[in-house]
Amino acid sequence: MRPYLTAASGLALIASIGPAQAEGVLNIFNWGDYTNPDLITKFEETYDIKVTITDFDSNDTALAKARQGGNDFDIVVPTSTSMPIWIAEGLLLETRPDQMENFRNMDPRWVDVPFDPGRHYSVPWQWGTTGVTVNTEVYAGDPNTSAIFFDPPEELVGKINIVPEMNDVLYMAIRYLGGEACTTDMELLRKVRDKLVEARPKWVSMDYTNIDRFTADDYAAAMNWSGGSLRIRLVDPRFVYGYPKEGYPIWMDNVAVLKSAPNVENARLFQNFIMDPENAALISAYARYANGIMGSEAFMADDMKTAPEIVIPAEFADKGEFTEACAPEVTALYTKIWTDLLK
Amino acid sequence: MTQAQDIIRAAARRDIRNRWWLSAPALVIIFLAAIGPLFVVVLYSVMVKGDYGDVKYWQFSGQGWFEVLFERDMFDNTVSFADAHLSILWRSVKLAAITTIVTLILGFPTAYFIATRPRHRRDLWLFLITIPFWTNLLIRTFAIQEVFRNEGLLNVALMRTGLIDQPIQIMFTDFAILLGMGYVYLPLMVLPLYASLEKFDFRLAEAAADLYANSSRVLRRIIVPMVMPGIVAGSILVFVPSLGAYVTPRLLGGGKNLMLGNLIELQFGQGRNWPLGSALSISLTAIVMLSLLVYVRAASKTEARHG
Repeated sequence: MRPYLTAASGLALIASIGPAQAEGVLNIFNWGDYTNPDLITKFEETYDIKVTITDFDSNDTALAKARQGGNDFDIVVPTSTSMPIWIAEGLLLETRPDQMENFRNMDPRWVDVPFDPGRHYSVPWQWGTTGVTVNTEVYAGDPNTSAIFFDPPEELVGKINIVPEMNDVLYMAIRYLGGEACTTDMELLRKVRDKLVEARPKWVSMDYTNIDRFTADDYAAAMNWSGGSLRIRLVDPRFVYGYPKEGYPIWMDNVAVLKSAPNVENARLFQNFIMDPENAALISAYARYANGIMGSEAFMADDMKTAPEIVIPAEFADKGEFTEACAPEVTALYTKIWTDLLK
Repeated sequence: MTQAQDIIRAAARRDIRNRWWLSAPALVIIFLAAIGPLFVVVLYSVMVKGDYGDVKYWQFSGQGWFEVLFERDMFDNTVSFADAHLSILWRSVKLAAITTIVTLILGFPTAYFIATRPRHRRDLWLFLITIPFWTNLLIRTFAIQEVFRNEGLLNVALMRTGLIDQPIQIMFTDFAILLGMGYVYLPLMVLPLYASLEKFDFRLAEAAADLYANSSRVLRRIIVPMVMPGIVAGSILVFVPSLGAYVTPRLLGGGKNLMLGNLIELQFGQGRNWPLGSALSISLTAIVMLSLLVYVRAASKTEARHG
């Protein structure tokens, strides 16, 4: 995929030097399998801009690459938890999306967010939750509990996958045992570690998954992201998504512009472009998460409008919490627990 | 007379100078591509860790190295051996050693078989051995998963024949990792073994048999010592990459048990402890170097003995 992309950006460069074939270039640095090609084609045709996309697989990888420099990325899509780090380290350009034309479409709920108050830097890409995917043929009980991970019922033992996202796993375990996010309560953390160590033999793996591992019965339950769970259910209706009533994380990925961006104006155009409801709906149509733009529902497929993976049921709405990045010394504690868990 | 000697000496000097010049590009590349980055990693390992990954430049600390071997208990603050790191190291070494032994046991007869075929047939067999290299490691690993998963070829076949009625859990176990590693590294064992066996004069084995050595004695006392360089080379080629293996344990082992490679990745990623990650990387390199030294020592000794 890489060589192809490089060739594409090379061609785009030649085009931009020669007689104006395209107005310019835009280089997007986003999570893998997350960008709708139709959205990109539409953007390219609307503004006569050639777009390239490069994948990353974690916030920390993206952060390291951006910090190191030597790239020509314009747009980056950090998760809410790592947004404050990007801003504090001065990596992002204050593009003031709040003054853009399409800003009026942004759901007020997502404007004054703690990770970017008033939206001076970023625009919502997609948001979702982390919860439980479970096969109802194997397990008929209540899916809305993280006991499925930490005190698994007999029929699920040895069939559970846990996504190896340290912060998500620790957050859920802490909430399951009655603590608060980023807690430093040592007594509780000891219990968290013991609970995790006790639960681990009952999990079959700790891996990033794909739909196929569920449909082929490698897993009967998993810690999973809401949109991923929806994609599974659409292929295999045996699977449902549950919201742990003990507490679950809510996250949002955000489109921001790098300070080192060579094509700032095009990047601004893109930020404004995706705040258009019809375009935001295109984002969601691909990766199957909600997007934070009002009016986009009108352009969505029917299976999205009512999907319980997207529309959080009222009784669980207040159980979710926007997670923030924990302080460095807390991360150090959590890394120790994590290493203990995986040794 | 002296004049002639001077000319010869000058020519020799020029020759040496030319050699240096000619090898300069290679030396520069080795320095830039191997020693330079290694030096950067060493430097990172002795700096203070940054709050969110990276390091604080030019602030030095031995914390990274301290954490490789020791840990401060997060609950009672006592210092003890880093039990987690040691057990991960032990698991990696064990897995690499078992992989080496398994590939040796499987690879030796294979190489022997190929080396004893008629000359014109050997190329075909060698060619067959290299076929797996045509495909990317990641794709081959996913293919192994297709065979061993619960609804994979093996389990389905066993259930159809009625040998089992429940699928056997092979995926996400240590056994799956071993299967994957053995499969991936087997050609690296066969090729150097074949190179040694091909040079072996099989008349020696016949002579030993004529002198009433039974076949296991011939193998132990004649063949194995003669092909020792191949065994050593194959073992190194398998052991070293298995020690740092990352993809195979991650995909087939399900990520529940960290290997050294995965532990290092954790420190540069979610753990945000680059100095520790760097120190662990250097430790891994040091372990590899040490085991290479031991191997080479042992090999040169056997060679001297059987010269």
